Amino acid sequence: MTGVVVVGAGIVGAACAWYLARAGVEVTVLERDTVAGGTSSAGEGNILVSDKPPGPVLELALWSRRLWQDVAGELGPAAIEWEPKGGLVVAESPSDLDRVHRLVERQRAAGVVATELSADQLSQVEPRLASGLAGGAFFPQDAQVQPMLATAYLLKGVEVRTGTEVRELRTGPSGEVTGVRTADGTVVPAAAVVNATGVAGADLAAQAGTRLPIEPRRGFILVTEPLRGAREPAPIRHKVYTAGYADAVASDDPGVQTAAVIECTRAGTVLIGSSRERRGFDDAYPVPVLRRLAAQAVALFPFLARVRVLRAFHGFRPYTPDHLPVIGPDPRMPGLWHACGHEGAGIGLAPATGAMIAAMITGGAPAVDPAPFSPARFR
Amino acid sequence: MSGRSRRRRPGPPAPTFTFQFDGRPVPAAPGQTVAAALWAAGVRSWRTTRVTGAPRGLFCGIGVCFDCLVTIDGTRNVRACLAPARAGMRVTTQVGVGDDV
Amino acid sequence: MTYDLAVVGAGPAGLAAAVTAAQAGCRVALLDAAPHLGGQFWRHRDSSGAGHRAWSVFATLRAALLDSDVDYHAGAAVWAAEADPPGFVLHVEGMAPVVARHVLFATGTHDRSLPFPGWDLPGVVTPGAAQALLKGSGVPVGRRVVVAGAGPFLLPVAVGLLSAGVQVVGVYEAGNPWRYLYRPWVLTAARLREAAGYLARLARRGVPYRTRHAVVAARGTGAVSEVEVARLDRHGRPVAGSARTVACDALAIGYGFTPQIELPLALGCATRLDVDGNLVLEADLAGRTSVAGVFAAGEVTGVGGASLALVEGRLVAAVVALACGRPSPFTELELSRLLSRRSAERRFAALMHQVHAPPAGWVSWLDDRTPVCRCEEVPYAAVRAAVTQLRATTGRAVKGLCRTGMGWCQGRVCGHATAALTAHLCGRDLGPADLETFARRPVAQPVTLATLAGEGRTDRFPDGGRPGPQRVRPGDVSPRTSADP
Repeated sequence: MTGVVVVGAGIVGAACAWYLARAGVEVTVLERDTVAGGTSSAGEGNILVSDKPPGPVLELALWSRRLWQDVAGELGPAAIEWEPKGGLVVAESPSDLDRVHRLVERQRAAGVVATELSADQLSQVEPRLASGLAGGAFFPQDAQVQPMLATAYLLKGVEVRTGTEVRELRTGPSGEVTGVRTADGTVVPAAAVVNATGVAGADLAAQAGTRLPIEPRRGFILVTEPLRGAREPAPIRHKVYTAGYADAVASDDPGVQTAAVIECTRAGTVLIGSSRERRGFDDAYPVPVLRRLAAQAVALFPFLARVRVLRAFHGFRPYTPDHLPVIGPDPRMPGLWHACGHEGAGIGLAPATGAMIAAMITGGAPAVDPAPFSPARFR
Repeated sequence: MSGRSRRRRPGPPAPTFTFQFDGRPVPAAPGQTVAAALWAAGVRSWRTTRVTGAPRGLFCGIGVCFDCLVTIDGTRNVRACLAPARAGMRVTTQVGVGDDV
Repeated sequence: MTYDLAVVGAGPAGLAAAVTAAQAGCRVALLDAAPHLGGQFWRHRDSSGAGHRAWSVFATLRAALLDSDVDYHAGAAVWAAEADPPGFVLHVEGMAPVVARHVLFATGTHDRSLPFPGWDLPGVVTPGAAQALLKGSGVPVGRRVVVAGAGPFLLPVAVGLLSAGVQVVGVYEAGNPWRYLYRPWVLTAARLREAAGYLARLARRGVPYRTRHAVVAARGTGAVSEVEVARLDRHGRPVAGSARTVACDALAIGYGFTPQIELPLALGCATRLDVDGNLVLEADLAGRTSVAGVFAAGEVTGVGGASLALVEGRLVAAVVALACGRPSPFTELELSRLLSRRSAERRFAALMHQVHAPPAGWVSWLDDRTPVCRCEEVPYAAVRAAVTQLRATTGRAVKGLCRTGMGWCQGRVCGHATAALTAHLCGRDLGPADLETFARRPVAQPVTLATLAGEGRTDRFPDGGRPGPQRVRPGDVSPRTSADP
């Protein structure tokens, strides 16, 4: 059998290639830009279970978290800046706290490890938080990686052709995929093609006549000056976010939503998110949005007021209307598989997506039911 | 070349006040930057880097490179090449990211 | 209130533009991060003008500025620029945002550096630093100084140090200035006189001026105490066996200049790769960029020196005056003189860039431990591994995988080198995309989160500056009140 072509060298394409290669499949990754050149380079590297309500995505996230543990061990935790530091959800009001604690109960029933925290316990867990917060919950399973390094290391043993744009899907007599044609006219034969093109996922699907309603959902992140050396403790110990974050994630409003998400990195900086808006591929940096991110960060961690922002970056999350990733066989073109549309959860969900795709392509059974993620659901 | 540019430059300005650098007095003149006064006093570095602990001082001299960061009166990350020297200020070598985080 | 023109940068281009536009009747704001007028070219500590070129031009412009209605803000660092149709908003630390229908970016340059072993030793500085230390504070950079790199700027730096009584132990120019004679018609008598004057003064004091030579390493304990100088072959590579050691207590080294274009980039202005390997703004004869209402003058449109900057600043002012319904500040004859002056200066600049190109062989003098990024202390080995092992193919990917350009200076110092190394390691020519990664800074200056959040916005007006407009944008959000002291 000829091998599998994975289109896209972001974190999801890299994870697909990793698990396909382990299943003994010959894999070639084609990437129009560079390794981790898209959304994978534009986030914090979140691996979260805490922000997901019980349901198919939480199931996928829990599986993926277990896989990440193994992947990190194999790649080298330091190399990819693996930090299983846990997530801290902060409630600003008693009613928020009530909501958080009710969600925690449901998540716990679905297999999430979580501890409810009172206001006093909150300041023990995260001493530099502002006073006057109502309480929160701690999720030890939440973790972080440096997403570009994670992508590059996942791809280390795989054939990757960067600067190679896929222009056309090639099909055989019965409409099945036989390979792809690239921008320079090269035909790469393949028994199967995996569409891991993230926010551009709709384009490749359209070639098969399949509509994937994936849209860019823009987000900004502020990065501060370094606040510590490599061996010094982080002034912010966990990934910290407000109860409003899950609402912003789940919202369908195209307008700007912001919710504080704050954490330190191995490099000593603090990353400050998050914003969400759907307005196409707009590269401008509206100061009012940056102001909101800054104000929310200072409200949560007052010491940040005097800390300097050195830079900001933005990215486009591959948004789907039902907030579920698209994983599975194309409904029209045999041999075409989709693994895209992970919105802001691509880093966290990548290993499970890769394992699921590899299992389906090689005729195995994925550990989590793939049905809810089926690309056929948009018809 | 004009006659003006052939004229000899005035010498270093006469110091009229001092500030403290790591506990010792450093003479300075009005209008001088902290970096210039330190340099005139023979000090070439006033920061150690956060990764390797290497000494750093002046590099670009115009506020672009941020290599000359120093702690002044407890405030970290002040660019010594831009900060004007003032009488009585306390300048301390900044170790890594400094102490004030 | 909305200005007709906001000028960012009070060096030769910005100063000339602000004064000319104000004289034509425009409402002008002039913003500069430094405490004094004049930019790097006219950096000064007193009004004597000693050691300065074209000081009388500056004195005239300064007097005209003080005599005008220009709102001049010193110490005003612009940290973001936004379009706000039909104009633009400039966000400035410590004062209310400035709103204007037209914006001129005359933000100048800083020294361009190439890494070499030991370049992070204290005592190794840029020529600009040596000049700023001397001009701004009257302090010579050392007692025995080596001046090196490429470009005509090395000469006034060396001569300035001589005037201050410093022993200049050698000037090492990587380019081959004899190549100026390939196109002698581009050289003006004034330029030749200036260069000859500098060279004569070096010769009188017995200072060796070596062309096609480069400092390839610096050594010392705690500070530089000696440098290694090598002869370069035709391709800019060190000639084997030519290296020798020169003792010194300071090294001033730089390879030309890099324009500061982050603000116009944030507004979407188109760029091009200039002859000297810099990313510069696309601008027409009148300084118009690709974005309507946004102008560029001086080094940001291509490094070319102060005379060119003055001309370009005046031309922009004329266009803005006309756009604001004011009479042209120039007669047609004056305009055509400015334009021909501009093209003559541009021709010279293009030749200068060819003569003083960074030596192509500089990569060969790096060792694995040579820091490429000084802020994040990223050694050359890590940059190479990002390309050869982690398969980065763009400057952006290299940055993300090994942190070059991620630190305090945001790639201002290592950006050119990292971009060039990426291209070199990928086996291709340096492209504009490589450079753009390091030139793009949506947050143009480090700014505290309190400032960014809009907290404690107080207007301060150093150095006789006058109040700017008070305007808070509708989308602004005030932080909640839990901030601690």
